[in-house]
Amino acid sequence: MNTEKLIATIRKVGARIEAEKDFLTELDNVIADGDHGINLARGFGEVDKKLDAMADKEPGDVLKTVGMTLVSTVGGASGPLYGTGFMKMGAAVKGKAEIDVPSFLEGLQTAIEGVMQRGRSTKGEKTMLDSMIPAKEAMEARWNETQDAKAAFAAGVAAAWEGVEYTKTIAATKGRASYIGERSIGHQDPGATSFTMLLEIVAGEV
Amino acid sequence: MVGFVIVSHSGKLAQGVVDLARMMARETPIAAAGGLEDGSFGTSFEKISNAIDEVYSDDGVILLMDMGSAVMTAEMVIESMEGRRLVMADCPIAEGAVTGAVGSESGMSLEEILEDLEQVGTQKKL
Repeated sequence: MNTEKLIATIRKVGARIEAEKDFLTELDNVIADGDHGINLARGFGEVDKKLDAMADKEPGDVLKTVGMTLVSTVGGASGPLYGTGFMKMGAAVKGKAEIDVPSFLEGLQTAIEGVMQRGRSTKGEKTMLDSMIPAKEAMEARWNETQDAKAAFAAGVAAAWEGVEYTKTIAATKGRASYIGERSIGHQDPGATSFTMLLEIVAGEV
Repeated sequence: MVGFVIVSHSGKLAQGVVDLARMMARETPIAAAGGLEDGSFGTSFEKISNAIDEVYSDDGVILLMDMGSAVMTAEMVIESMEGRRLVMADCPIAEGAVTGAVGSESGMSLEEILEDLEQVGTQKKL
């Protein structure tokens, strides 16, 4: 994926988040403070304004700018978390003119580590990590097996949705939802859901 | 004097904590960074950066945060201002602001205030 394709993909991610913002906010409303969709849509709206000026930059710089913009404009936890994720991924693919599957996987791993560190969180706490980590593992396994990018991304998206389903079965121990603890069981995590939507858009562009 | 920045999702809460601390320490530089630019709930990278600039001196600035994105955004602002003496304190925001502001006004260093603030989290009220 080169810069042109990456910019187009990020725009599609923004459009998906905008289209789903009420749904994401409703998910967040049930277990937390009800701002996830609105916040992310505001952030990606600001990202969109920056993308035109990025056409001659390398993909790593585009990702870094996306991350910094999300940090500055989202206003909720998804700002620093997605922001850190995009910035870490940008740093991981620095110097590359194109992002291929191995460099995407390396970038995703770095992003996961960044999110874990920023959120002081780990798998199983009902967060976006519950879709990110299984998605990365499934993608890597399928890629190693088949060297087929489409198949790898399809496996990643399927695992991410399974991760979303898994978040319904556990109580939140991190984030705002941890204040309602056990009562969050039965509800899916908004962050895991939005990450899965994002990955689904990227998968459609591969 | 050590400065303070109060980071909250709520503009009113942040300003209220600043006002409360000022009752006890009129001279301590202390600034609120609460809510988003449009007044809605959230934490703003820009507001936190500006609040730090407002109260910064070589004595350093301590940030007190409410929760979640307030902590993470404060952390990212600190990372973006490499070379400055900026630290986050892990303590209740209102009690910590009063304790810290009084300490700063009495001439305590950043390290001494941070030690005091660690105790604030363990004190029981009842």
